Amino acid sequence: MKFKPVYFFLAPALTAIFVFFFIPVISAFIISFTDFDIYAIGDYSKFRFTGLDNYFKLFDNQLFWKALSNTFYFVIISGPLSIAVSLGAAMILNSKLVKFKGIFRLVYFMPVVTTLVAVSIVWRFIYHPEFGLLNYGLSFVGIEKIDWLGDPFWSMPSIIILSIWKNFGYNMIIFIAGLQNIPEELYEAAQIEGANGWQRFTKITLPMLAPTTVFITIITMIGYFQLFAEPYIMTQGGPLDSTLSIVLYMYQEGFRWWNMGYSSAIAFVLFVIILAGTLIQMWVQKRREA
Amino acid sequence: MRKYLLYGFLIITGFLTLAPFIWMLSASFMFDGHASVFPPRFFPDEFTFIQYETLFSRLDVSRNLLNSVLISSMVTVVSLVFNSMAGFAFAKYRFRGKDTIFKMLLSSMVIPSQVTMLPLFLMLKEFGFLNTYMAILVPGLANVFGIFLIRQYVMAIPDSLIESARIDGATDFQIYYKIIVPLAMPVMVTLAIFTFMGTWNDFLWPLIVLNDSSMYTLPVALANLMGEHTKDPELMMAGSVITILPVMMLFLVLQKYYIKGIMMGSVKE
Repeated sequence: MKFKPVYFFLAPALTAIFVFFFIPVISAFIISFTDFDIYAIGDYSKFRFTGLDNYFKLFDNQLFWKALSNTFYFVIISGPLSIAVSLGAAMILNSKLVKFKGIFRLVYFMPVVTTLVAVSIVWRFIYHPEFGLLNYGLSFVGIEKIDWLGDPFWSMPSIIILSIWKNFGYNMIIFIAGLQNIPEELYEAAQIEGANGWQRFTKITLPMLAPTTVFITIITMIGYFQLFAEPYIMTQGGPLDSTLSIVLYMYQEGFRWWNMGYSSAIAFVLFVIILAGTLIQMWVQKRREA
Repeated sequence: MRKYLLYGFLIITGFLTLAPFIWMLSASFMFDGHASVFPPRFFPDEFTFIQYETLFSRLDVSRNLLNSVLISSMVTVVSLVFNSMAGFAFAKYRFRGKDTIFKMLLSSMVIPSQVTMLPLFLMLKEFGFLNTYMAILVPGLANVFGIFLIRQYVMAIPDSLIESARIDGATDFQIYYKIIVPLAMPVMVTLAIFTFMGTWNDFLWPLIVLNDSSMYTLPVALANLMGEHTKDPELMMAGSVITILPVMMLFLVLQKYYIKGIMMGSVKE
């Protein structure tokens, strides 16, 4: 039998993905049913299978529910707001009235390519209650100084504002492409029929963009559920655990306290949530098409 | 009238988008304490390079910069080779289980990488890879998104080109690097920028596997520095400028390819 060249092309990538992705995924699943901890790292014989114990412990832990609800708060507010801002920016930049589109598009896109850790640090100072840019800007419209990162009420909104600023440019690009694919005749016909701007938006733009929007919603949601660097840099999960996210909680349990079994269980909960979210989105899309 | 309103809105939002960068740049050129003032300054009152000098001389940031450059370049080159070969195979060959494998790969994209981190950490520890460049390279060797992007592009290359090369006696490998690679260059550049920037900006994984400050990439070094310099915005802003500037320049030079990549990534199967 002759060696087929196709395997030569496939082998490196597929081996790498199998060994360094699929095997770890399966191992993590197994580890999540054990009491793997710092003693087991030194001596692999020191861990036992404990069944669903980690998951029971997790669901009994107030801190886990806090991290879960914080993350949902972040995703549910930040997701739709980001997408709305992206769509708004895309529609303005797609308008025939506007020139110099390239420059504005570039400016809006700038935060996307920058390093999250670096901009989190920049924003930490922007949120400074005394000297920060934001409170200074707000003082012009008569808003009193807010302790953005120090107040448990404002800490999560602070992270939401940062993430919208950081990310809206990305989806804006995808929306612009989607808008350009809508045939001009549809709008002309609607205009002749006497549809106003809002009607054209809700009856033409939104339905025609639906597939794009579903795609954007999925990738945005997947990304946002993995919230980590912003709270790690700006608040360390505080104040009063108000910005503790699932991934931050997983990181602390796994790599600060070395409770690896427990931490793997947290990772799998994250996976199940993301999977469920993706399936719901795809189901919604299928129903629309049917 | 409506036109001026639109422009006004665009300029104001554009300024709001850039304001954090302007302040960052300005504060990075100030002496200690000069950025902690009210009202905030968009220009340094006295211009100085002292923060950058501190970073490079006392805090040895050049070492972290070098780590970031080397790690990101290594991951980019190696994964580009692996992904392009696999993408070519999925686009132009028929083999058993092709559709099943490809579907499996695509659906695996929904698994967040955090799931793999604990076992991967233990695995790399066994190999003795912790605290080395290998710790970052190994999980980045190949990725599904890259394979997918290349496959989409290579599928559009006509089969007749490959067939006529084969008649002329070209081997499969010659077809790959003499025909496919040159023709797929635009998508390779796109993927290269994505990979380079993704690796450069990555934080959680390097934070986990690099524990020695001489091995830190810039984001990890910066996060670490933040712990000791919470009250030194000037120094931290200089550090942020050093971290952001290289990727920003890269993007400005190659933005055409980057934007194309976003569009291609969003094309549905």
